[in-house]
Amino acid sequence: MANKPIVDFEAIKNDLSNVSKPIQVLNENAEITDQEVFDTFSDDDLVEFMKKMVWERALHDQTMNFSRQGRMGFYAPTAGEEASEMGTVLAMKKQDYLLPAYRDVPQLIQHGATVTEAYLWSRGHVVGNKFKARSMMPQIIIGAAYVEAAGVGLGIKKNKEEDTIAFTYTGDGGTSQGDSYEGMNFAGAYQAPVLFIVQNNGFAISTPRVKQTAAPTLAQKAVAAGIPSVQVDGMDILACYAVAKAARDYMVAGNGPVMIETLTYRFGAHSSAGDDPKRYRTKDQEQPWFEKDPLIRLRKVLEDKGLWSEEQEDKLIDEYKASFKEAIKEADSVAPDKVSDMLKRTFEIPTPEMKQEIDKFEAKESK
Amino acid sequence: MAKKTYIQAITDALDIVLEDDPKTLIFGEDVGKNGGVFRTTQGLQEKYGEDRVFDTPLAESGILGLATGLGLTGWRPIPEIQFMGFSFEAVDQIAGQLARMRFRFDGLKNAPVTIRTPYGGGTHTAEMHADNLENFFTGIPGLRVVMPSNPYDAKGLLISSVENNDPVLFMENLKLYRSMKDDIPDGKYSVPLDKANVVREGNDITIVAYGAEVNEALKVADTLAEKNISVEVIDLRTVSPIDTETIFKSIQKTHKVVIVQEAQKMAGVGAQVASAIAEGAILSLDAPVGRVAAPNSVYPFALGEDIWIPRAKEIEEKVNEILNY
Repeated sequence: MANKPIVDFEAIKNDLSNVSKPIQVLNENAEITDQEVFDTFSDDDLVEFMKKMVWERALHDQTMNFSRQGRMGFYAPTAGEEASEMGTVLAMKKQDYLLPAYRDVPQLIQHGATVTEAYLWSRGHVVGNKFKARSMMPQIIIGAAYVEAAGVGLGIKKNKEEDTIAFTYTGDGGTSQGDSYEGMNFAGAYQAPVLFIVQNNGFAISTPRVKQTAAPTLAQKAVAAGIPSVQVDGMDILACYAVAKAARDYMVAGNGPVMIETLTYRFGAHSSAGDDPKRYRTKDQEQPWFEKDPLIRLRKVLEDKGLWSEEQEDKLIDEYKASFKEAIKEADSVAPDKVSDMLKRTFEIPTPEMKQEIDKFEAKESK
Repeated sequence: MAKKTYIQAITDALDIVLEDDPKTLIFGEDVGKNGGVFRTTQGLQEKYGEDRVFDTPLAESGILGLATGLGLTGWRPIPEIQFMGFSFEAVDQIAGQLARMRFRFDGLKNAPVTIRTPYGGGTHTAEMHADNLENFFTGIPGLRVVMPSNPYDAKGLLISSVENNDPVLFMENLKLYRSMKDDIPDGKYSVPLDKANVVREGNDITIVAYGAEVNEALKVADTLAEKNISVEVIDLRTVSPIDTETIFKSIQKTHKVVIVQEAQKMAGVGAQVASAIAEGAILSLDAPVGRVAAPNSVYPFALGEDIWIPRAKEIEEKVNEILNY
């Protein structure tokens, strides 16, 4: 046996942790950490970003109220993730395809679905999925959207659709699914224009990110598929937008997929269905993240510039909440679904046996 | 008209749909240059180019995810799962995604995907290659499951499957691939996706079968014909949906039925047919429903198949038992 080991695995392992710092433009103290990128934004841009985050926070607050009133079906809270969600989705163009996960309802609305449709989706009403946007419905199976996005990306390429890419989202837990690797690997193999976004909010329901994988970053998971990837401060909307836009620009120039890991935090529960974060997180763990609130840092920049005020924000919140109340009223007014219609939309043309079932239900429904 | 094997009939159908509709795509493991491990896609990449017929990485969920996504962007995918046992890797994409697309979007978006996959015992393959998994997949609403028993049907049913806008699982019988030859019309024709076929008319007893067992049932019909017993044989052709009307009509004439399948007996196609008969035609019967199916064990691969799969002998025994009830 040679004295010198043929390979130093420990050194290779340690080297995996040599990763760049997450990309950031504005830190949690509202200090500009990348002036060059910051200067690319006009005052109007900054106000627009703030409005979008206030909108998403108001959507979260109001929708959780509706949920407590028993007026929603399944809904995933989004507070804390506004920079990650709005920052990335604002880089989308109308012609882009969206393959969202269940916590990405705000992006689906930004991409063209109405709030009423989103509420109907939450209730399991088919009208909620009849949005005009180029989007799938929010995906429940984590990872599934990634394999489908590879197909959408290849379809875009085969259609020779110019200035068009696919955006898809999953979470930190989703990266453990085989599908998330298969999706990235297929997109890489076909050089399909897909932006894979991992919103790493630290917890897959209760399982912390460190228990999910030994990989030092989730962004590294793209490396094995030959895909460039990067970590971004997911509480910094300027960084999230700038990176998503750079990724999109890179892809529409004819390059293959990109993966972005946004480091963010879910302030509340996993879902509206009884999850209690107190069971798996301490206040001490939560507090530093609350201080990173993406709204706080941009609000400070805008206030310093004289572009924002508390009154203005309160007025906006009232307007937004009023629109959500209108939306849920509209959702309430949509006629309930019918079993006969559920049967009819299972196949393009109902099978002979289903026709009998349809007749049976239609007779009941017409009474 | 030309004599073609089951496999040539499938290649013929694929050639026609590629020619007919520029939106059709064939992809899967080894389907390109290699023409598929059974040569089903032989020559198609050469003829239609790598854009239309192409190889994929070796991952079944990825293959069907690709199909879902391509479907959403206006394509008509015909993915291949190299052996049906590998489809377990893709169950979410089939059951959780493709089959639900029309229901989710009320038809605004759909998944006109035809999944081709070989299955079926008798060729002594490795484990997870030959399993008859139709029992599993027929329980999925929104998915059509097609199981041709002969080259003529294989071509016509495949053309219908591809042209249909619902997702179809098209199961190709491994044993029949090269063991059967039929006169196949040139050019395009279709066989409906919801009609069983009375392949032999008879008066004394009905055998309901599908896939390779149709040919076993026909052998039994021949043997019994020599004893002046007239057997009617129904080939289901599609196991989702099942054409119960044709079965009921036959039973009303013969009053006896034996249901045959190569798959395990539990909770599957034969059970569904028996249940439909119990609901809709039981008063026409003058003997219990007879069933021939594989034992409810795990599928034994390679030579294990020989003592396990029910064939003509077991069918004949069951038919005699029901006739003499």
